[in-house]
Amino acid sequence: MRKTKDLAQLQAIARGVRRHIVEMTGAAKSGHPGGSLSAVETLVTLYFDVMNHDPANPRWADRDRFILSKGHAAPVLYAVMAECGYADTPVDQLNTLRKLGSVYQGHPDRRFIPSLEASTGSLGQGLSVAIGMGLAARLDGKAWRTYVVLGDGEIQEGQIWEAAMFGAFHKVDNVVAIVDYNRIQLDGFVKDIMELEPLADKWRAFGWQVVEPDGHDIASLQKAFAEAAATKGKPTVLIAHTIKGKGVSFMENNPKFHGVAPTPAEVEQALKELA
Amino acid sequence: MAAAGISMREAFGQALVGLAGSHPEMMVLDADVSASSRTVLFGKQYPDRFFNVGVAEANMIDIAAGMATCGLRPVVNTFALFITLKGADQVRNIVCYNNLPVVLAGTYAGLSDSFDGASHQSVLDVAIMRAMPNMTVVVPADNVEVRQALEAALRRDGPTYIRICRNPTPVLFEDAAPLEIGRIRKLRDGADLTIAVCGIPTYMAIEAAGRLAAAGISVDLLEVSTVKPIDEAALLESVRKTGKVLTVEEHTVVGGLGGAVAEILGRRAPARMDFVGVPDCFAESGPYMELLSKYGISTQEIESRARQLVEGVAA
Repeated sequence: MRKTKDLAQLQAIARGVRRHIVEMTGAAKSGHPGGSLSAVETLVTLYFDVMNHDPANPRWADRDRFILSKGHAAPVLYAVMAECGYADTPVDQLNTLRKLGSVYQGHPDRRFIPSLEASTGSLGQGLSVAIGMGLAARLDGKAWRTYVVLGDGEIQEGQIWEAAMFGAFHKVDNVVAIVDYNRIQLDGFVKDIMELEPLADKWRAFGWQVVEPDGHDIASLQKAFAEAAATKGKPTVLIAHTIKGKGVSFMENNPKFHGVAPTPAEVEQALKELA
Repeated sequence: MAAAGISMREAFGQALVGLAGSHPEMMVLDADVSASSRTVLFGKQYPDRFFNVGVAEANMIDIAAGMATCGLRPVVNTFALFITLKGADQVRNIVCYNNLPVVLAGTYAGLSDSFDGASHQSVLDVAIMRAMPNMTVVVPADNVEVRQALEAALRRDGPTYIRICRNPTPVLFEDAAPLEIGRIRKLRDGADLTIAVCGIPTYMAIEAAGRLAAAGISVDLLEVSTVKPIDEAALLESVRKTGKVLTVEEHTVVGGLGGAVAEILGRRAPARMDFVGVPDCFAESGPYMELLSKYGISTQEIESRARQLVEGVAA
């Protein structure tokens, strides 16, 4: 696959992934475009630059692990894995998302896509799973790392903070959490539903290294992941400041597009913007 | 029947230590009850393989799941009630959904946390675990079976729930063939009635079957240590012979062994049935044996229900 650090190339891949997300959710007539679009640069930077993985050998023992804890953003993960060339995520089937018999289930499902590290969907669990993987790597004396993407609404779940306590206490520094801080959850704006601020202070108080990249600026993300890799003795969380629906004018910062698919006319409009 | 010297939880704690050498991939996790669950024995000898997560059951179960994806064999320990209720989402949506080889050891099960009262008593764990796809549910009847259940679970590729009693109970199977997951153990041949039992009441069912034999009623006595997947063939063979079944368990009569047996017989071999178990209610504090008896689980109760079934009297 075409791993690269080149910003222009990564941005081009991100644009293609956004087009997939719009087309997939449009074809499915359901799904979660907003929180998929907000996480595009995070996943593209991880899969095309930061992570050690081999789509031709998905069970390679020393690969870095990735968990999409906010499983409803499945379209971005499917599109990125498809662009990486994983055999079980074919590009030409992306538009079968959510259809009966499709490998592209509504939320990531390892029964259909064995290259996934974990089936997810019920919020709040991915950080614990990632820490279990991190412990396994450490017990095995291995250098591979685990990345887990959390939603901002998701971290209202209590289990996230159980895991946060554990990760710092046990110095699980081979785990990196990324909060996709797009400030919108299903029912509306996070600040109106259940405010998370002061979010960085909360993670610091729990003993984590906090980095706050611009989640749509690939260079900023690259720098943040480098800082995470250099941080020893405690886990790192990236609070990635993002925009829900990023890249499509009428979806940006619009709570409606948390869980509503674009109409055919909206798909057409969005694809023009993403040309 | 005399109770064994050590409790079932102690036997399980010792089994973890005993299997540690031959199973280097085995990790043990606990949620701040290691002194009770007896995982403290393992934790002292193998501190690098022991994780006490604090009072955080959900986190514990998913950490174990993450470990299991990497080839480790985690054994998760806390009270049965907390694994199966506080951890239900984690067990279903991560452990079972991903079909991971995690052993869930639910201790203080049934009414055995007797003095702590209803908030801690676990009489619905089998019903919940049984409804989880990919889950295997094992209910050992004595200290011998609890060791064998752990050993067998560590050889499996998917998740296994093992139900553990807090207290000393009679040892039944010291000289018997080892427990096999998925196999019914035939304890007695009879023609008048099938009794299907799991867990601690097994010794009561053995006693009751003896008394019934003296009264001229012959019992086909089945010990169903694996409630899921249940040994359907052995069950059907017995019931086609006797036509009547009494299930016996230290669990609510809603959805446990009785439910599992009824689901099969309703479809394959309808039979007259009755259920010995905890009624659909909350129990209370008290001594274990007295509590079992008060909530419907005793040799006398088994004997009396069996007679009613055979004699055709409505329970």
